[in-house]
Amino acid sequence: MDTPKKNSRREFLTKFSVAALAGATLSPLFSKEQDTDSDAVEVRNFTESIESLLGGDYTNIKLKMQDDVRRALKKPVDQRRWGMAIDLRKCVGCNACTVACISENALPPGVVYRPVIKEEIGTYPNVSKRNLPKPCMHCEEPPCTEVCPVGATYKRKDGIVVVDYETCIGCRYCMTACPYEHRMFDFGEKYGDGLPFPAKYDERPSFEYEKEWKRDKPEESPIGNVRKCTFCLHRLEEGLLPQCLTTCIAGANYFGDLNDPDSVIAKIVSRLNVTVLKKEMGTKPKVYYII
Amino acid sequence: MKKLFYVLWIIGLLLGGIGVFQRLTTGHLLAGYGSRVVWGLWVAMYIYFIGLSAGAFLLSSLVYVFRVKMFEKVGKLALVTALITLVCALLAIWFDLGHMWRAYEVITRPNLPSSMMAWMIWLYTAYFILLLAETFYAFKLENNNDSAQKEALSKKLRLLGSIGIPLAIAFHGGVGALFGVVSSNPMWHSALTPIFFLVGAIASGSALFTMIVAFFWEERNSAYFDEMIQLLAKIVLISVLFDLLLEWAELSIALWMGSPEHTFGYREMLFGEYWYVFWILHILLGVMVPVFLLATRKKPFAIGLASLLVVFTFIGVRLNIVIPGLVTEKIHGEATAYIHPRLSYHYFPSSMEWLVAIFIVSVGIGLFVIGNRYLKLTQPKHSLNS
Repeated sequence: MDTPKKNSRREFLTKFSVAALAGATLSPLFSKEQDTDSDAVEVRNFTESIESLLGGDYTNIKLKMQDDVRRALKKPVDQRRWGMAIDLRKCVGCNACTVACISENALPPGVVYRPVIKEEIGTYPNVSKRNLPKPCMHCEEPPCTEVCPVGATYKRKDGIVVVDYETCIGCRYCMTACPYEHRMFDFGEKYGDGLPFPAKYDERPSFEYEKEWKRDKPEESPIGNVRKCTFCLHRLEEGLLPQCLTTCIAGANYFGDLNDPDSVIAKIVSRLNVTVLKKEMGTKPKVYYII
Repeated sequence: MKKLFYVLWIIGLLLGGIGVFQRLTTGHLLAGYGSRVVWGLWVAMYIYFIGLSAGAFLLSSLVYVFRVKMFEKVGKLALVTALITLVCALLAIWFDLGHMWRAYEVITRPNLPSSMMAWMIWLYTAYFILLLAETFYAFKLENNNDSAQKEALSKKLRLLGSIGIPLAIAFHGGVGALFGVVSSNPMWHSALTPIFFLVGAIASGSALFTMIVAFFWEERNSAYFDEMIQLLAKIVLISVLFDLLLEWAELSIALWMGSPEHTFGYREMLFGEYWYVFWILHILLGVMVPVFLLATRKKPFAIGLASLLVVFTFIGVRLNIVIPGLVTEKIHGEATAYIHPRLSYHYFPSSMEWLVAIFIVSVGIGLFVIGNRYLKLTQPKHSLNS
């Protein structure tokens, strides 16, 4: 079985070298530039790891990203363009980001800003798995903000899509318009529901939008509001990375200012092995997936 | 019979009161909808009632704009029906808001021109004012005996009605467009959606009106009543059949070789958990039986019964617009990504939702009974030109 294979490989190599030789000999006839390109051709490996692209381990990259954030904060707000990249080759589906986000934003039961979709490929037991963390895409053309009857949800100057809790009437139209099913409604549920005493966790306020939100009474914001991922705006404004980045055990998350060519995020998303969800919708998400 | 009706009405109001109390004290905690099926029974009721209102109003325009003699005695009945059903619709959507007391913001800070919901609200506010004015003049006209003044009043009514027709079409078409513009929802995102809403409004609104006339009109043994009821029966029959045609157009185009994403909602509607809402409630009781009755029977009772079936089963049509459109995962795997009852794609209205629904219907019926007692809607008085 091996012999014909070897033969064919040898045959191929012979033909290939002849062709290459012919090409090399003939090429000056067709192109003048090619005679000086011996060391100018650089083949970029678009699938190399982010660490080798940027140099250093993930901790170093995280520090770089934090510097990127702080550098961006020095610019006027309308010149910043926050974006995120998630390396799907690295994500192990541990949900550390999901939990960190819930903890950071003191999210109630049934509200989640960063679920991880776990897709099974194949038929049990012959299956493989793919993980897809799904924060808000912070679209450049968000369909959700267009439909709001009172303009309570809008895209900030730095590209972050926010909800004004004090204005939102809770009609939930934006939830139907989001192609990524990201938005959540706060029904007022508490972890301690059914307990004889209030659970301490429920009393923790959320600091979204740099304000203190307590969920004490029904219809007291954010109860009765639509809620969503803010890229941890309250942390960003203090020069900190979004919380989901800090707990990722695989180092699969990247964040920064897309408007800064020197930033980690800009270097990553300008490569070819990057995609977005539902590109055909034309929403131009600012959350990119490295594949 | 009357006593039984009052007893039932009071029970309805009391039960409904419990639901309203629960809604006001616990917010949305007891609601059955969640962050996936974000709209439920109340939104379906809202588009149902608002359709009834637009339909009844368009019928009234036959009197005040087109001056169809046949209907001139029932013009004010149509107007008051439109007004009451509009109140019911607004109540339903008000209870559905996460922050009820911020509802005024839709007037003070509308997101125009981009939000279809803002358009809809402004259009039906204008419609509400117009409806009040038109009802006011309609009663003034009836109680006026001076022929010169009568002429002036009916001119005013004609003007208001003429503004009202495009307004009713725009605002109810707008309710349809509210769903139609949601491009991320393949089931709603169709150019036919607003048209389907309008035809549905005419079918259900005219059926409600026909039902009221058939059962409650007091001067029953006149040739006028008989002629009117036969004409109304024809309007209901034609509009129900036309609605069915549009439904076929929408369903067949979507299902024929449609991509699974596009057809999932329709498949759920036809063969899913609540298949009976479509097949039994809508097709059998809402189309087949009424069409048979309207096409073969001439007695007012049969016409009334057919119309009653159309009206009551039409909530199924409205539910089948709202719910199946929301039970589809927009990204595969969403259903199992994070498990919580609020993130489920299963929906059945909770007891609070049913109770509030009973409250809204009871309020509507109560307003109609009171209105009929004091305004004598179902008794003929003077005609427009007498």
